[in-house]
Amino acid sequence: MEHYNMNLTLKVWRQKNNQSKGKFETYPVNNISSEMSFLEMIDVLNEKLIEEGNEPIAFDHDCREGICGMCSMFINGQAHGPWQQNTTCQLHMRAFKDGDTIVVEPWRSAAFPVVKDLVVDRSSFDRIIQAGGYISVNTGNAVDANAIPIDKKDADDAFMAAACIGCGACVATCKNGSAMLFVGAKVSQLALLPQGAPEKESRVLNMIAQMDKEGFGNCTNTYACEAECPKGISVSNIARLNAEYLKAGLTTEEK
Amino acid sequence: MALDAKIPKGEMDKKWTDYKGHVKLVNPANKRKLEVIVVGTGLAGASAAASLGELGYKVKAFCFQDSPRRAHSIAAQGGINAAKNYQNDGDSVFRLFYDTVKGGDYRAREANVHRLAEVSTSIIDQCVAQGVPFAREYGGLLSNRSFGGTQVQRTFYAAGQTGQQLLLGAYSALERQVALGNVKMYSRHEMLDIVKIDGKARGIIARNLVNGKTERHFAHAVLLCSGGYGNVFYLSTNAMGSNVTAAWKAHKKGAFFGNPCFTQIHPTCIPVSGDHQSKLTLMSESLRNDGRIWVPKQKNDNRKPTDIPEEERDYYLERRYPAFGNLVPRDVASRAAKERCDEGYGVGTTKMAVYLDFKDAIMRYGRTEAGKTGIANADENKIFELGKQVVEEKYGNLFEMYEKITGENPYLTPMRIYPAVHYTMGGLWVDYELQTTVPGLYALGEANFSDHGANRLGASALMQGLADGYFVIPYTLGNYLADEIRTSSISTDHDAFIQTEKEVNERLSKLMNIKGKQTVESFHKKLGKIMWDKCGMARNEQGLKQAIDEIRQLKQEFWSDVRIPGEINEFNPELDKAGRVADFIELGELMCLDALDRNESCGGHFREESQTEDGEAKRDDDNFSYVAAWQNNGDSQWTLHKEGLSFEIVKPTQRSYK
Repeated sequence: MEHYNMNLTLKVWRQKNNQSKGKFETYPVNNISSEMSFLEMIDVLNEKLIEEGNEPIAFDHDCREGICGMCSMFINGQAHGPWQQNTTCQLHMRAFKDGDTIVVEPWRSAAFPVVKDLVVDRSSFDRIIQAGGYISVNTGNAVDANAIPIDKKDADDAFMAAACIGCGACVATCKNGSAMLFVGAKVSQLALLPQGAPEKESRVLNMIAQMDKEGFGNCTNTYACEAECPKGISVSNIARLNAEYLKAGLTTEEK
Repeated sequence: MALDAKIPKGEMDKKWTDYKGHVKLVNPANKRKLEVIVVGTGLAGASAAASLGELGYKVKAFCFQDSPRRAHSIAAQGGINAAKNYQNDGDSVFRLFYDTVKGGDYRAREANVHRLAEVSTSIIDQCVAQGVPFAREYGGLLSNRSFGGTQVQRTFYAAGQTGQQLLLGAYSALERQVALGNVKMYSRHEMLDIVKIDGKARGIIARNLVNGKTERHFAHAVLLCSGGYGNVFYLSTNAMGSNVTAAWKAHKKGAFFGNPCFTQIHPTCIPVSGDHQSKLTLMSESLRNDGRIWVPKQKNDNRKPTDIPEEERDYYLERRYPAFGNLVPRDVASRAAKERCDEGYGVGTTKMAVYLDFKDAIMRYGRTEAGKTGIANADENKIFELGKQVVEEKYGNLFEMYEKITGENPYLTPMRIYPAVHYTMGGLWVDYELQTTVPGLYALGEANFSDHGANRLGASALMQGLADGYFVIPYTLGNYLADEIRTSSISTDHDAFIQTEKEVNERLSKLMNIKGKQTVESFHKKLGKIMWDKCGMARNEQGLKQAIDEIRQLKQEFWSDVRIPGEINEFNPELDKAGRVADFIELGELMCLDALDRNESCGGHFREESQTEDGEAKRDDDNFSYVAAWQNNGDSQWTLHKEGLSFEIVKPTQRSYK
């Protein structure tokens, strides 16, 4: 790969805490290598801000290899920036060119309140999982792992759904702020596996109820979530979620 | 103080069964009154918190991330070992035990390793029951692959995202207990000290990272599941937030630190590209199943790798270690790469890289596929396409990750790789029950030192984390808590809580008030450079002594010139990081001291003074067959205690993979 250096203008959302009002600040950043990751570019800016006696930009990040789901920037109007199936931490500066202006915002959704600058609170996702995103099996209760063969296709589809990293890009990118892709992925994973069958109905009903309670919007099938999902989670999981929800609604009695 | 590892008497393969049969139990009514704190929610922490919650204990779990699902176990790629012998290739609990003790270069405790091998099979059962979507064969049964340092296929996997799937399994079990009210979860909280009362661990001081306020939490026992300390090197495959702080605070409160210098340098990582580098990315060891490692036979060869003909390539692992070839253990593979690069055969712009090449594997799989599908006269392109699909299914996400970072397509040109810090075998010293030298304080997973000796085999970290959390601590903790049923909850207004919290706050204020010129990051980078240069893949007496001097100097500089922006009582990641770097600096000194003391080579610890004629690590069993357990006596003061290792079953020999 050809390497090059670039000078950029960053417009970054700054917000002291969830009580205060935020606004965009503009920062020039110079001499950025095309080999840097996007977050390393922010590191460079932050070091400069600290040296100049200013507050660095707060942002969530941890593994920096695209799997923990912690990074969460809305870059030039796209969740995780311009590359497809990619997290912010894996976005590299060769995606930009000298002279570019880059606008960086936090996830914006009623269910993800801003904590500071680009950091948001995604604990609503944890509460959705608490509502039913599991199989109720205590440690030590399991039968031999090969006792129940699982159709390879089902296992593979379950894996594809389970690859969700819980970053929230689907919500941030949806004009309705819907969490259907996130919920659909978990419901699908567990519905596809025989181990998940006993709780199939209560799971989908409870998770959807919690999703509504958290203030996430509805799905209107724009598929923006799939397009922006860093792990390529398919909207077919939403279809499966709807099917499971419908079946559960028809067959579950009040207990 | 004599170290008692509390290893049960009896035959090696009966110890754990016998222990479980005689361990003290706590009745359900009493469990409800007993409180347990779990620090860290990776594989060890999440599985422990979930399992203890299921048993009925009152659990509080803490993590510094915004959700327990983000712990760095999530990034583990390759797989998890278990002695299932589903492949009928001769595996057994004994073999897994044997391979692990040998792979650890005879510096692990046999009894712990045997227990690990025993419970390994239950882990897979548990995970499948939770809905972990492991890779399967067409018949619907589980698939396995092989990993470095072994000759059987015992590794279970979910593409290159095994850690993610296992962690999400444990996380879901944890969230279920949260929903049931058995576990209370504290995200964005960092433990900043242990509270001890009458010599026992009775709680922690944690800081809420959102509002910066400190909190006091009581428990009858505290479990540290806070991971490893590879970030002492600044650049490592650890997450940015991975830190030693919880373990270090425990160490300063009396928990001995075991084998701190034992660091694993993983052979297959994406090389450093420049000074801006903030972390390194692993390319799973499973790639060595199909990738062949080579460098050009001539020095400073600047041709493109695809232009270098077969006969001008040096497949140096296959040449040096014909029996294991590309599947030698990690320490051996890392040193061999360093040796080639130091000799001038390295590739890429920095010349600090070797090739990991998939061409042969792609063509081999392609020919098999062509045969299977009855394509008689498949040309090279067709075979390549078919083979590429097979490789993609196995390692697709890794290849994508490589391409995103480097901008190169590894299906078409070999990957460039170089060793990087990945895992720390050292950690808090624990006995057979996973208890540290502080009663009531336990360490699980990578945070303890116990099972991997001087080198960890691939796919064994996930196994250990889950073994400790699901299947060991639920038994061993009961043995301690059974004697605590008469201890009612201690108020957090107790003097010990007030005093410890005061100390924590004083330290935070001290950090904020330095108001110097240099950033936290710049200190971390300097520490990392000292550690990598002098306490990295090769170590010697002179370098280690220099490193200790340099680290002491750096510590002074840090405490007089660090600049931390913002305030204490707000969301302030720079302050969080400053506390962690301050602890890393102190740990760095201890690592060098330990490396200096251990004047032998073993596993990942390579002392240049101790090597065989052909450059392999040379152990000195007569003088160093012990666990080094360091006691902290205040600022830069340590006492060394030795836990002698005896090998009843796996008799130490010079490790050979030739």
